[in-house]
Amino acid sequence: MIIAIASGKGGTGKTTVAVSLALSIEKDVQLLDSDVEEPNVSIFLKPDINKKENVYIKVPQVDLEKCTFCGKCSSVCAFNAIAVVPGSVNIFTELCHSCGACKHFCPTEAISEVDKIIGTIEIGKKDEIDFIQGKLNVGQAMPTPIINAVKKQINYSKQTFIDAPPGTSCSMVNSVMDADYCILVTEPTPFGLNDLKLSVDVLIKLKIAFGVIINRCDIGNNEVEKYCQKQNIKILMKIPFSRKIAESYSLGKPLIEDFPEYKEKFHKLFVAIENDCG
Amino acid sequence: MAKQIVIVSGKGGTGKTVISAAFCAIAKNKIIVDADVDAANLFLLLNPVNKETHKFSGGYQAIIDPKLCILCGSCRNNCHFDAIDKDFIVDEILCEGCGLCARICPNNAIKMQPLNSGEWYISETSHGIFVHAKLGIAEENTGKLVSLVKYKATEIANKDICDWIIVDGPPGIGCPAIAALSNSDCVVIVTEPTLSGLHDARRVVELAKHFSLPLKFIINKYDLNLEITEKIKNYCENNQIEVIGKILFDESIVQSIIDGKTIMDSEEFKHKDVLVHAWNKITNTFNN
Repeated sequence: MIIAIASGKGGTGKTTVAVSLALSIEKDVQLLDSDVEEPNVSIFLKPDINKKENVYIKVPQVDLEKCTFCGKCSSVCAFNAIAVVPGSVNIFTELCHSCGACKHFCPTEAISEVDKIIGTIEIGKKDEIDFIQGKLNVGQAMPTPIINAVKKQINYSKQTFIDAPPGTSCSMVNSVMDADYCILVTEPTPFGLNDLKLSVDVLIKLKIAFGVIINRCDIGNNEVEKYCQKQNIKILMKIPFSRKIAESYSLGKPLIEDFPEYKEKFHKLFVAIENDCG
Repeated sequence: MAKQIVIVSGKGGTGKTVISAAFCAIAKNKIIVDADVDAANLFLLLNPVNKETHKFSGGYQAIIDPKLCILCGSCRNNCHFDAIDKDFIVDEILCEGCGLCARICPNNAIKMQPLNSGEWYISETSHGIFVHAKLGIAEENTGKLVSLVKYKATEIANKDICDWIIVDGPPGIGCPAIAALSNSDCVVIVTEPTLSGLHDARRVVELAKHFSLPLKFIINKYDLNLEITEKIKNYCENNQIEVIGKILFDESIVQSIIDGKTIMDSEEFKHKDVLVHAWNKITNTFNN
């Protein structure tokens, strides 16, 4: 089963929940960090990384000997990634979506596709937990191919947890789209509620079952709870604010290390989700 | 020309929006932008009155007309995104809107339909004109929408002869963050004294350096871990980055969010001077 952990708003506790779940259950576990812009799971899990692979995208390369500067490639590019002036072709690879249209329509076969590195995936282990994270190289714009490379490592015979990026756009959608269940982590503030509603809309559109964890549940108001009750959304767990938890988090310690009572809670949470998903 | 001050963090939840809103309350003669278009929150503190709403189309989506489709498979075989299934239905999430299929279809059965990717707004607030947006559900092209709101804000700033454009940025370092940072005059990184906060802030520093942008740091909730706060200060010192403010962990900030106010308009928040001082440090860099 694949369980994704997402949030809409950043900093609500996705990584805390993902790491806690992975450390609290007795199954063969895979923990994936698909927040490839800012991956944080490894700070808490401290895995040994034993394999690194580059992630490439295909970008066009022009053979100027064959190019007639007709401008066809530029006119078929939907992403404005190619500019042609007599004598030269400028390719803005950071805008390229690797669709292949330029190559396909070049009348003189002057365009070939070459690999461009945009990031890496790292594969490792912490005790019995398999760990995979993606990292977007700084300066690169497109996280999706790296998220897909992370998801290619999913082992369907294991229990997979995916720590998704914040937001509700393509990175988040790609991270959660194949999940059997999604946990939305929020906080009881107007910011948390606003972004929770946006993520709920996404999950309904994607037809993914989900429930909510309210973190720092005693700081703020009860509007998130009211919303969940009204929409019939299951509140899976509430984690009260504690300065001690915040301090332990600041040092990169997994929640259940300093607060072992949470191990049982996350184990129960997992069993409840498993039962829910049949 | 108005100077663009962009507030980012890498990691989410460090306090970008609260600090952006505080700057909006302090700065004179400015335009306000929320560039976190897929989880926008700044409007919750500024009580905007909407003046203009515009549709945003970030791209196209292929639609196959089953009446014209001759099932030749050419579109499917050439699609680089596996977005066309065996029944010749286009997956709206996988389709990137490149239009290759529409161009090669021998029977013109494929149309490229403009996406309804969201909306953008011009609003009035008690702190100034506010340009913001809302991305459609599960839509992409966030970077384009970020660029668009920034572009519109710049137009208004030029027309109204504003001094500042204050931009509340998105988390991360990918396309929305790059779009938010581009053309900025000063990048303010809001971080917190946690290992993950520092890790993520470093990646934004690298990104800002990649585009040769001037940088400042604010350490929020600095008393949560004084050792890591010290580490962040050392890191900034070694990289010649000025720390323009340190803000205590303060539950009255949560109350101000619930009240829908900036911390500068909140009676309970006692450390307004820290924000004023931080803003002055930003403006001073342009006076000298």
